[in-house]
Amino acid sequence: MARIEVLKTYKIYIGGAFPRTESGRYYPLHDQAGKLIANVCLSSRKDFRNAVVSARGAFGGWSSRAAFNRSQILYRIAEMLESRKAQFIQELIQQGSTPKAAETEVNLSVDRLVYYAGWCDKYQQVFSAVNPVATAHFNFSVPEPMGVVSIIAAQETGLISLINAVASVIAGGNTCVVLASESKPLCAVTFAEVLNSSDVPGGVVNILTGKVSELYTHFANHMDVNATVYYGADDNVIKTIQELATLNVKRVFIHNEGNGSSVDAQIPYHILDTQEIKTTWHPIENIGASGGKY
Amino acid sequence: MTKTGINRDYSHTPAVDQVGVEERCARFATRSIKKETKVQGLKLILNMIDLTTLEGKDTEGKVKQMCYKATHLHDILPGLPNTAAVCVYPSMVKIAKEALKNTSVKVASVATAFPSGQSTREIKIADTKFAVDHGADEIDMVISRGEFLKGNYNFVLDEIATIKEACGKARLKVIFETGELSTLDNVRRASEIAIDAGADFIKTSTGKISPAATMPVTLVMLEAIRDHYYKTGVMIGMKPAGGISTAKAALHYLVMVKETLGTAWLSNEWFRFGASSLANDVLMQLMKEATGVYQSSDYFSKD
Repeated sequence: MARIEVLKTYKIYIGGAFPRTESGRYYPLHDQAGKLIANVCLSSRKDFRNAVVSARGAFGGWSSRAAFNRSQILYRIAEMLESRKAQFIQELIQQGSTPKAAETEVNLSVDRLVYYAGWCDKYQQVFSAVNPVATAHFNFSVPEPMGVVSIIAAQETGLISLINAVASVIAGGNTCVVLASESKPLCAVTFAEVLNSSDVPGGVVNILTGKVSELYTHFANHMDVNATVYYGADDNVIKTIQELATLNVKRVFIHNEGNGSSVDAQIPYHILDTQEIKTTWHPIENIGASGGKY
Repeated sequence: MTKTGINRDYSHTPAVDQVGVEERCARFATRSIKKETKVQGLKLILNMIDLTTLEGKDTEGKVKQMCYKATHLHDILPGLPNTAAVCVYPSMVKIAKEALKNTSVKVASVATAFPSGQSTREIKIADTKFAVDHGADEIDMVISRGEFLKGNYNFVLDEIATIKEACGKARLKVIFETGELSTLDNVRRASEIAIDAGADFIKTSTGKISPAATMPVTLVMLEAIRDHYYKTGVMIGMKPAGGISTAKAALHYLVMVKETLGTAWLSNEWFRFGASSLANDVLMQLMKEATGVYQSSDYFSKD
């Protein structure tokens, strides 16, 4: 007797759990031959709202973790992804990649995670500074995470663009809500399963699937979001995001060319994007002014 | 002989169908309240809040700040009501009273060795009188849960009646600390005892232990109030306290009150929320309705 196929339900990822969209809506995803692969959640603004609540809740714990521990966790994600490579390759092929391209993309994704894992406990030293000032102050600047970041990932690729966008943001201690590629959402949901088994606290990364056109205004105008990152080149979307972001002067980062799939896309400056520089003026005794020696 | 002259046998108060109560509560949460209705509901909730600070670290400054908040919930949004009352420890009543003179906001004070209630009758009476003498409009007392659980129901009845007498004109809210009563049957029994003893309000919890107010517990208490009303025509108030921190949950409570007791109870004379963080969530929802944009707690005063 033929075995009945057991198909995976692709759900969204909020606060470390896999709910369906609260709206109950979905869209069908077809392969190139027109065969239905899966029904995918069409997330609503309320899903986004819930995700932001989760991300905000997770921010305190994630940002105050030791940088080294964040590094370990990012590396753990890479390990988990590596061990499930076959599944990701197969999903990419289902969504139209060639086997070779799929394998390259997954390898690149794992490497990207390892790259940012390495930076977790290093970027602060590199980007911090002790500043010379003319007064009796010890003056220094350090990068600190911005908070909750909303990300609209690139549309063209399903995995590397998502990981590229997320890794640099969480490496710096932020939490995020990310909208996956509409046409290639499968890997995003499967990646959520990887996150779920990688000691990443729930809420640090929240993954939604759905339409950019429905959600981008909410990604940009939510008052509890501190920065918005957009991968795409739609001028209308860019303009609207920039306008709405002024509501709470959130930072906006537009990546209108390149989807993060090239090796050159990995630079520590991406971590710095979602960091605020805090400068501290610490009063000190003017050593040496009295002629005394230490 | 007890003070009230009542010496009822409370061992046979009505048993509560727990499964039924939970199912009924689940249904209250399915009512869809949107747009203008929601805005009206949220404003009503604000007007029913007893803004509360009951911490060892309370200071005069903290209480004054909270009193200011009670009358200036979010000035950027016009047309907001005041909260119903502020709820403080007896030592802070005088400060709150001073801060709230010439406003509609009442001052409620916990008393009777709150939150444990582990003290002597004399001390509890003195505690109550102290608060009333300093101007408290309402007294929130705790019952002796230990005596209650021992089955010493008439002790509890007598205690409440005594405190009621000490309250004078102040309205008396009786806190059961339902999280310590373990069963809904006990909640129902405590409700009947408090009502018989002259409580003006019955209240779920101190907010100091978990679980605090839950919908099933509140429903059981509302039903006791309803049965008393049917029997005597006398209205008793209800105050769930602790654990209600979202506007959505508070709206569900309003639905429950409306569908159990009717619209007569939908005012702060008969229904209150004991809460500290609820007000901000309600304000955030109101701002969301006004601006169309989801809000952040960064833009709302903390206390």
